[in-house]
Amino acid sequence: MSLRRPAKNQPENFEFNPSSLEAAKSIVAKYPEGKQQSAVMALLYIAQKQNDNWIPLAAMKYIAKFLDMPYIKVYEVATFYSMYNLSPVGKYFVQVCTTTPCMIRGANKLVEACKEKISEDESVLSNDKSCSWMEVECLGACVNAPMMQINDDYYEDLDKEKTLKILDKILNGDKPTPGSYRGRINNEPENNRKTLMDLKNA
Amino acid sequence: MLKDQDRIFQNLYNDLGPDLTSSQKRGDWVNTKEITDKGRDWIINEIKDSQLRGRGGAGFPTGLKWSFAPKEVGSRPHYLVINGDESEPGTCKDRDILRFEPHKLIEGCLIASYAIQAHVCYIYIRGEYFVDGQKLQAAIDEAYEKKLLGKNAAGTGWDLDIYIHYGAGAYICGEETALLESIEGKKGQPRLKPPFPALIGLYGCPTIINNVETIAVVPTILRRGGKWFASLGREKNTGTKIFCISGNVNNPCNVEEEMNIPLKELIEVHAGGVIGGWDNLQAVIPGGSSMPLIPKDKCETLKMDFDSLVAEKSGLGTAGVVVINKDQDIIQCMARIARFYKHESCGQCTPCREGSGWMWRMLERMAKGEASKDEIDMLGDVTKQIEGHTICAFGEGSSWPVQGLLRHFKDEIKKRNKFDPIIKEKKNIPYLVDQHLLDKNA
Repeated sequence: MSLRRPAKNQPENFEFNPSSLEAAKSIVAKYPEGKQQSAVMALLYIAQKQNDNWIPLAAMKYIAKFLDMPYIKVYEVATFYSMYNLSPVGKYFVQVCTTTPCMIRGANKLVEACKEKISEDESVLSNDKSCSWMEVECLGACVNAPMMQINDDYYEDLDKEKTLKILDKILNGDKPTPGSYRGRINNEPENNRKTLMDLKNA
Repeated sequence: MLKDQDRIFQNLYNDLGPDLTSSQKRGDWVNTKEITDKGRDWIINEIKDSQLRGRGGAGFPTGLKWSFAPKEVGSRPHYLVINGDESEPGTCKDRDILRFEPHKLIEGCLIASYAIQAHVCYIYIRGEYFVDGQKLQAAIDEAYEKKLLGKNAAGTGWDLDIYIHYGAGAYICGEETALLESIEGKKGQPRLKPPFPALIGLYGCPTIINNVETIAVVPTILRRGGKWFASLGREKNTGTKIFCISGNVNNPCNVEEEMNIPLKELIEVHAGGVIGGWDNLQAVIPGGSSMPLIPKDKCETLKMDFDSLVAEKSGLGTAGVVVINKDQDIIQCMARIARFYKHESCGQCTPCREGSGWMWRMLERMAKGEASKDEIDMLGDVTKQIEGHTICAFGEGSSWPVQGLLRHFKDEIKKRNKFDPIIKEKKNIPYLVDQHLLDKNA
């Protein structure tokens, strides 16, 4: 289990903006009548997107009212799942996978790069408050190891130098291209493909 | 090597594009109505004949699972739930299906829903795969537009709606009952079984839960026949499987291969060999992190299927092959896996919640050579205290890799951790850590 605490400084109010509200309503419609509680995960996610990548307690209260469920149930969900950020993480949230398949291919070098560029400790905002990083568990791109996730996008086949370049870009406010940084196509064995060759050459 | 025409996932590397038109060229959706017209019993029997086993890790026979759904729909509707919460370290196969072969999955959902009489299907995708989930959503939208979903889906006369539900970074939600809890908007903590989800599942209704890969191979099996699928691999371990080969290999990759393929062929032919050569191989985790590792000498002849690996006291799991060469510290590798399990334990059962942390801390000390001799057996004891004493299989998943390490690399641990327990040094330390030895001697 991991320990997760809400931030000390909390905004007093939270409300969905019109586009979030519309998205929330279409999500509630996915579930059977009376089972609107199912939408809580998606709604927390919408709140997180609207509120610069983190969920204040006010948003949990708002969602509880929105879905007609007890506040504590929303709080439980928000604290249980690790993708809900309970304190500010910056506009760019860098998550470095360090689980064994990435670790044995050098994920610690990526962590070093984050320490150099963003902040010495994980979950601490960079000087300009735009960015933070943390080590996370397996992100499910093991054949593209080592890799990291920045907001929604995966950056794969990295090493320290490439990571430094990517971090430079985001610190300058640019958006680096997601995907493999060794130029390989998806999950194919690089320069060693033995299968489905007709399709490759078609 | 498997012939290209026998590969189910022709677009595994996205040479052709994941859209509907190119999927139809590959044979998806061409005669869905003909398949459903043959009836539920025919579909379920054909899947039983194919001997397809679930691709999510446990390897439960799929046809049998479908036959557990009530034959008549009562007052409660039936649900089909697809498990795409792929989080097992070493596994990244479902992601490629979601983004490159979405129509195989969607068509599979329609056929499976028809077979178990479900009108609603939820696809649970891990939250980190948001971009890949959007690609699937685009394919679903395309299918609705072409009337392949919705009312009278694909002309089969069956109504089906498919919705995506995103997870939010909890490994445990890959456990089927935790996944149902998560869809219901609760913490992902597994339920006691029985009752089994086939009778009381999502919202208390009959629910069948299958892995993404399992459902995605269904349309091809029904088109080419259960016999064709059963002719690949060997008895009870039939068909093809996507293997993910990661770790210390020259060309880490995903590849679809026949079951029962030699591990050495997977590594040497498809993944370009171990970094530093075959002799530099130390161990292989054959099926995702929860399966016990296999040392090099056994890797020479090992066949990759469910039963051969069980015979080696390991398992095929999700077929995520993690290759570890001699440049790595094997104890540290396992300590990191133990940290993964400590982080992901849902906290519901005490043996797992506390034990996963114990195993991690003990292994970290052992990697540094800070543990005493007696702790090696104690670690084995801890794994036995967790295994079999929890609601779900997470207890086994977290203790098996440690047991595998102890089984094959005990000498390595002993070499590094050789000092005596504190008690033998006759130091007077209050709250002695190895109190249990004191009691034993008394």
